[in-house]
Amino acid sequence: MSADPTPHELIRFDNVTKRFGDNTVLDNLCFSVETGKHVTLIGPSGSGKTTILRLLMTLVKPDEGVISVNGGRLFPADEKEVREVRKNIGMVFQQFNLFPHMNVLRNVTEAPVRVLGMSKDEAAERAKGLLDLVGLGDKQDMRPTQLSGGQQQRVAIARALAMRPQVLLLDEVTSALDPELVAGVLDVLRDIARTTDITMLCVTHEMNFARDISDDVLMFDAGRVIESGSPEKIFSDPEHERTREFLGAVL
Amino acid sequence: MNHWDWSAVTDFMPTFWDGLLVTLQVLVLGSLLSFTLGLVWAIGYRGPRWVRWPVNAVTEFIRNTPLLVQLFFFYFVLPEWGVQASALTTGTLAIGLHYSTYTAQVYRAGIDAVPAGQWEAATALSLPVPRTWFAVILPQAIRRIVPALGNYVISMLKDTPLLMAIGVLEMLQQARLASAQTFQYAEPLTVVGVAFILIAYPASLLMRALERRLVR
Repeated sequence: MSADPTPHELIRFDNVTKRFGDNTVLDNLCFSVETGKHVTLIGPSGSGKTTILRLLMTLVKPDEGVISVNGGRLFPADEKEVREVRKNIGMVFQQFNLFPHMNVLRNVTEAPVRVLGMSKDEAAERAKGLLDLVGLGDKQDMRPTQLSGGQQQRVAIARALAMRPQVLLLDEVTSALDPELVAGVLDVLRDIARTTDITMLCVTHEMNFARDISDDVLMFDAGRVIESGSPEKIFSDPEHERTREFLGAVL
Repeated sequence: MNHWDWSAVTDFMPTFWDGLLVTLQVLVLGSLLSFTLGLVWAIGYRGPRWVRWPVNAVTEFIRNTPLLVQLFFFYFVLPEWGVQASALTTGTLAIGLHYSTYTAQVYRAGIDAVPAGQWEAATALSLPVPRTWFAVILPQAIRRIVPALGNYVISMLKDTPLLMAIGVLEMLQQARLASAQTFQYAEPLTVVGVAFILIAYPASLLMRALERRLVR
């Protein structure tokens, strides 16, 4: 489909600063992500990685700066523009955050029906396809609480994809899982990274996964990007001393 | 001391049924009003400052002044300003309004207990605000608070006799009128007391059943 040969900037942060009290989490941050790229954010905890995803999802507001997605403004912007731009963004959370009072199918169909105006039948048809994709086609009538953590997270992935987002934000999606359930979730995400053109922004401590799916890796420290490059470069030949220390600690 | 006189009971019964009907009417309509208004207040507590502040002020004021004073105010003062309604209507609205400030606190606790991640997931899916409230947050909040709301219905039942102060012909007022004619106080008052137990106890059983069904 992509007729446009020049890379297109999908996400852009210009001089974004975010403080929580006296703590400056992001400090005049500038970076951009091109359409279709898979970008992994790494760095010590508290370095602002998750805050970037939460800013993009409009769960928090920056103190200063400009955030745009696909040419539209997320900040500063009025509520109407935010709603329009946000529809292109989906997020998978560390704690899954499925709706516990709805069955699996309804978790996946709720937003397409209510936000995209899809018919219930069409939404259910697509939801079944997505549940098959994440390996849970037989679980559509279950409640989230009846599923394992790994299964819940895969439903959450299907739920995010049901909105056909251009951008998928993955916030430490395996951190809350028992070790034996991590692989199933990462396999699903590898599959999605390989077979779709969704732009992914990923915060993870799974360095092998990051190496597999990423086009670019951004190393954060104290609210700034201190180094970026291909996973091969960052993981095997990092330039920055802090990157070396960090990778030495986690690998 | 007089002996118990069954004929006094029989004589009281026709007006007792009238009183019971009025009490139940006040209870049902007052509860519905308190559930609805309480929800409006609770949603207001989460609104922007220009909503939150007045809602807080009004509900704190109503919650911390006696129902009896409010009844007198609505019944005797509002007509001076041209707002007129029957004693029954005034009493029902006043008790519903008063209890809405209690149910608002219950709703608030239930809403606060829904994890922040549920709001975040709703935002991430771009669900409109009303849909987030009514499809995501409230269904989870209300399950947990049905027993607490039920307890306020039972409290309200026991406050309905206050409405006699503005002349509503509920059970206790009927008993008082009957006693005033015959000077037999024990029988009508006992009938009314038994009636309160017969309504309140099954109601509390019903609440417990609902609790088992809803609070999982």
